[in-house]
Amino acid sequence: MLDALTVAVAAAALALAAWCGFAAYRDQPTKDWHFIGMAVVAVLALAQLVVGLVQLGRGERPEQGVAIFVAYLAGAFAAVPAAGFLSLSERTKWGSVTVSAGAVVLAVLEVRLYDIWGG
Amino acid sequence: MTESATDTTPADEGDELGSGPGRVLVWFYGVFTVAAASRSIVQMIMDFGKAPLAYVLSAVAACVYGFITYSLVRGGEKARRAALVCCAAELLFVLVVGTWTLADASAFPDKTVWSDYGMGYLFIPVILPVLGMLWLRRNKR
Repeated sequence: MLDALTVAVAAAALALAAWCGFAAYRDQPTKDWHFIGMAVVAVLALAQLVVGLVQLGRGERPEQGVAIFVAYLAGAFAAVPAAGFLSLSERTKWGSVTVSAGAVVLAVLEVRLYDIWGG
Repeated sequence: MTESATDTTPADEGDELGSGPGRVLVWFYGVFTVAAASRSIVQMIMDFGKAPLAYVLSAVAACVYGFITYSLVRGGEKARRAALVCCAAELLFVLVVGTWTLADASAFPDKTVWSDYGMGYLFIPVILPVLGMLWLRRNKR
């Protein structure tokens, strides 16, 4: 369940990165549709956070330690909303670049999460 | 240092440093502040004795990143100069610590953010200060 979500979040994050990267390429700021996309990715990351915590609650343990696992889960959840917030007040293509970079960071975090859980 | 030399209010230039391409820098410096800080905190709490040098260096990295993030957001000539100095120091640290970790691996039983020139972080730690300095120099007035 967690592994499937990890893959889903990573894929969604890369799609968001490509989408916002394309907007930046066309010299456009992030628009409503982009924010809806960010919301979708954020909801997926939130689901992952919840599932991760539930699995911890059931007594399952990540390979590389609980503290690191929870820190990465929280970071993964915060990444895209934080980048989206930065792009709100940057109404140029650089706002799109920021969200794109944020989504790439999320994808990297997912790879690390996969390792930390020991998948 | 250069504190009293120029005293521009952050309001009139505050938009400069942290906007446009600077916004992307704010994002990456913010991410690395959180990454370095949480890394050092978790490691220090879990087992400080294992690699004290590495963990302290990660904490120093977190402080440098945090200060640069703050300067970029705040803006103004004073902050720009301070950030420029910190970016130069950061680049120096990355190169020194990176070389040190390769030359004397036994001093580092565990990794820092700056180990092997930031290889574990896709070499962003060594690229970031260069981009930061380029950006900050361009904003000179």
